[in-house]
Amino acid sequence: MTSAHPHKIDFNGVPAVSMTGINKWYGAYQALRDIDIHVSYGERIVLCGPSGSGKSTLIRTINQLETHVSGTLIVNGIELTPGMKKLDEVRQDVGMVFQHFNLFPHLTILENCTVSPISVRKVPKREAEDRAMHYLERVKIAEHANKYPFQLSGGQQQRAAISRSLCMKPKIMLFDEPTSALDPEMVREVLDTMIGLADEGMTMVVVTHEMGFAREVADRVIFMDQGQIKEVAPPEAFFASPQEPRARAFLNQIMH
Amino acid sequence: MELIETFFNWDILIRSFPILMRGLGNTIMLGVASILLGTFCGLLLCLVRLYAPRPIQLLAIGYIDIFRALPILVLLILIYYALPFIGIRLNSFVSALWALSMVLAAFTAEVCRAGIQNVPAGQFEAAATLGMPFWMSMRKIILPQAIKVIIPPLTSNSIAVFKDTALASVVAMPDLLKQAQDTQALMANPTPLIGAAIIYLVLLWPLVRIVGYLEGRNQRLYAR
Repeated sequence: MTSAHPHKIDFNGVPAVSMTGINKWYGAYQALRDIDIHVSYGERIVLCGPSGSGKSTLIRTINQLETHVSGTLIVNGIELTPGMKKLDEVRQDVGMVFQHFNLFPHLTILENCTVSPISVRKVPKREAEDRAMHYLERVKIAEHANKYPFQLSGGQQQRAAISRSLCMKPKIMLFDEPTSALDPEMVREVLDTMIGLADEGMTMVVVTHEMGFAREVADRVIFMDQGQIKEVAPPEAFFASPQEPRARAFLNQIMH
Repeated sequence: MELIETFFNWDILIRSFPILMRGLGNTIMLGVASILLGTFCGLLLCLVRLYAPRPIQLLAIGYIDIFRALPILVLLILIYYALPFIGIRLNSFVSALWALSMVLAAFTAEVCRAGIQNVPAGQFEAAATLGMPFWMSMRKIILPQAIKVIIPPLTSNSIAVFKDTALASVVAMPDLLKQAQDTQALMANPTPLIGAAIIYLVLLWPLVRIVGYLEGRNQRLYAR
């Protein structure tokens, strides 16, 4: 039933995200090399790799915060090209959670959650507020709805940012190192929120160093190095016996 | 006693007061019009400077540079005395309005640019990922944050422009200063000039205090 999997979408095999031969350069430096990834609806992908490996660039390419130079990118069935007209519409269906939350400091938590549904999706104010309260309750910060972001802890701010994204009812959620800027005692509450979302069938692409999360939630782990995908494997296989020497060294470093 | 008789002649002050008030009306009209026009054009200029295609950006940069460097008095005299040679005759009020708002626009553009660039890139990205079109994110997310930084220097520039309305007397606009000078000549006594100076002070001093207050408040906000 839909109540168990409210985010589950079936598009008869059409992938949520499809990248084929994606390349990107910053000047002479190649940030992405021949990236091929196909993400199905309901699938959870964890992207990992050393810093500078291109994983952030890759996830930011999916909603075109970074533009690709060559290759084909299809999101929710729509091909994205640099400078395209309907990019705003595509982005409405792709939520993103940032390392530094990026909540709007001049708006309350509730307003953060309603501003885009009201002005972009034209949802009536009352309905947008009800929806916002629903998601704020889910991430367990409903009692802070009328506070401003600076009045909340880092973990609370990140959960607010997640619910802000969910209020747009996205088909895909992107997480760019969502716990890296948090104090250690706040990482758990954010990861639990994300696990809850995964359990409901949300399509998720997550850049993270939290290997416990990857083990628990991911359908596939993608390991990147120097702008290339080096290894794609289910988490059990990836953690038990990484094929790539570079992946083995990386796991040793962060798991020690 | 003779000093007071010369500079603070009560009788002359009373007689010149209605004339000064008429000048004050013109000064306020010119000041307010210049500030509104200059600020609005400045914001537009700033958005062009930041987001227009490159060639148009360069035009905006050129404009901003030139009008920040050019003295208002020189500009005013060019408009009033040089333009008639190519057939453009503007009266003294319009000439002064042009000169003042063109210069204020250049300064405002720089102030707004600083304010907008002070908003972290993550705010633009968050608005974009929520599907907001450019102008909507400007209106709802970016400008409300930039405005806090923009308001104090904007007010400060506006005060400067208001003071510079006195330059209009050079092109014979009957503003507060010109009226005072004419009255001084007429009555052979400098008291009207003193009166004008006091009126300028009374008008602008509260605004100067407000800028100080706003700057202090901003500092407290950032200390938080």
